Amino acid sequence: MVTKPLTKNIDMSRPPLDIAAYEASDGYQSVKAIADGLSPDNVMQIVKDSGLKGRGGAGFPTGLKWSFVPRGDSAPKQKYFVVNADEMEPGTFKDRLLMEGDPHLLIEGMIIGAYTIQASTAYIFLRGEYKVSENALKNAIAEAYERGYLGKNIQGTGFDLDIILHTSAGRYICGEETALLNALEGKRANPRAKPPFPQVSGLWGKPTIVNNVETICNLPGILTYGVDWYHGLTKGNDHGTKLFGISGKVKTPGCWELPLGLPIRQLIEEYGGGMRDGLELRAFLPGGGSTDFMLPEHLDLKLDYDEIAKAGSRLATGTMILLDNETCPVGMVGNLMKFFSHESCGFCTPCRDGLPWVDEIFNEFERGCGTEKDLQILHEHVDYLGPGRTFCALAPGATAPLGSGLKYFADDFDRHIKEKRCPYRH
Amino acid sequence: MQASMIASTATQARKLSTEEIKEIEHEMQLYPDKQAVGLEALKIVQKYQGWVSDESLLGISKFLDIPVSDLESVATFFNLVYRQPVGRNVILFCNSVSCWIMGSESMRSHINGKLDIDFGGTTDNGDFTFLPVPCLGDCDHAPVMMVGDDLHRNLTEEKLDKIFSEYKSKE
Repeated sequence: MVTKPLTKNIDMSRPPLDIAAYEASDGYQSVKAIADGLSPDNVMQIVKDSGLKGRGGAGFPTGLKWSFVPRGDSAPKQKYFVVNADEMEPGTFKDRLLMEGDPHLLIEGMIIGAYTIQASTAYIFLRGEYKVSENALKNAIAEAYERGYLGKNIQGTGFDLDIILHTSAGRYICGEETALLNALEGKRANPRAKPPFPQVSGLWGKPTIVNNVETICNLPGILTYGVDWYHGLTKGNDHGTKLFGISGKVKTPGCWELPLGLPIRQLIEEYGGGMRDGLELRAFLPGGGSTDFMLPEHLDLKLDYDEIAKAGSRLATGTMILLDNETCPVGMVGNLMKFFSHESCGFCTPCRDGLPWVDEIFNEFERGCGTEKDLQILHEHVDYLGPGRTFCALAPGATAPLGSGLKYFADDFDRHIKEKRCPYRH
Repeated sequence: MQASMIASTATQARKLSTEEIKEIEHEMQLYPDKQAVGLEALKIVQKYQGWVSDESLLGISKFLDIPVSDLESVATFFNLVYRQPVGRNVILFCNSVSCWIMGSESMRSHINGKLDIDFGGTTDNGDFTFLPVPCLGDCDHAPVMMVGDDLHRNLTEEKLDKIFSEYKSKE
């Protein structure tokens, strides 16, 4: 039985499987099932039943998202399916693995998604810096056209699909789906007001689905091996497997496909090899730079969307960043604030002006000039930049490590003020 | 800075080369309107010219028939569109959190000492431009950087020395 549907074909010591080898590994079976009569409604129901949740960070149920796209004769004829491959969340390196390691899996998933919403054009919005992914995808797309999995009347289904690879030029905000759509349209990539949601009015005003790479890579397995198999993969409440990653000072940092629901401790100790000798785990961000810090006391919680949420954080991308006891937590939060400040699109005032202010205060702490008043301003910004205060989720994302950092590392902030220096610098 | 930027404001559009036009026209087939090709056109021009001058910006604007202000709002938005000349090799140095934890600051100092440039700078001989870049998505090999299209992982001072000497000897 297949237990690692996302990575079963991946071996980074060799090039990705070509189309023939991919087909031999149960590849493109789902397209054959579609050719054998699986309707778009059938596929949507299967994906809903699978319980698949978006792997890009928000964790929204994929089947439900798709169901908002207008269907039937009165629906607009032109629809778009878009892959969000703009991986840029600090500490996140999972979609790269999928695209470099098994590009045909993404293409097969795109065919499934596009067929379900009946979109005849699909775009991959790829990060400009991902040159290896770009080449792997280009080759795989060409092979898929040649073998009749893309183009007109795919495998006799009567369904047409063109995939267009768009490489971006580096802005984090393009990961926000409406900003991504503006970028694809050639506009400055500010987020759009919602509603209307992209499912109804997205790319060039047409119904559009934007899904993350890893989400889409779940689809071929679900269709090929079935919902029961998919439900059997998990060790927790959420279904399927997920890519989990660890970066920071562990013995063996990396990215692995694991069932959802394993204890965090197992991921860090068994897969990450534990902390490097002489270091202790101080805290960790469970799913990239815009999640709340968690502490060693949370290590027995399960890697599951709901369980991590109960601890006040988010599983999000599932790629953890570990903070050890010899690295300055104030410096770490400051580094994240510099990132968010730099990547603010500048559209709304709290984000555009608040984040640089926060960043500047962290620079003061770094220089040993931080004051009690500065600390108070930081606390205020957790609220000023929080959910509901800004146009999109970028600044609220920044308040996750900021707010939790202020709470968990209060002593460290105090020491920076009292000792007028970073106490971690020797 | 301000004065030089004003002084360089172009009134004449550069005529795009045949190669540039060919590639831009290819992109035009993939999108339903010309505006969507704006970023692609900027990247194509940059590939051939090294950067996007005011004259090039006007040239693209004219060719695609989109307002130069729209194009400029895109050009200035993206980290990887260069509106100033850059060196022959651009160093995209990850300054995000995982690399920071793994010692990117001391790597930055090393580059700073070795090439005598910090973020935003270009070496006097025009070999390298040194730019920070948000998370390069290779965090299990931190610290990392790109030089041109090549990714360099698990950086150490020795590795940096080797990398720069190799780029030098290529020329």
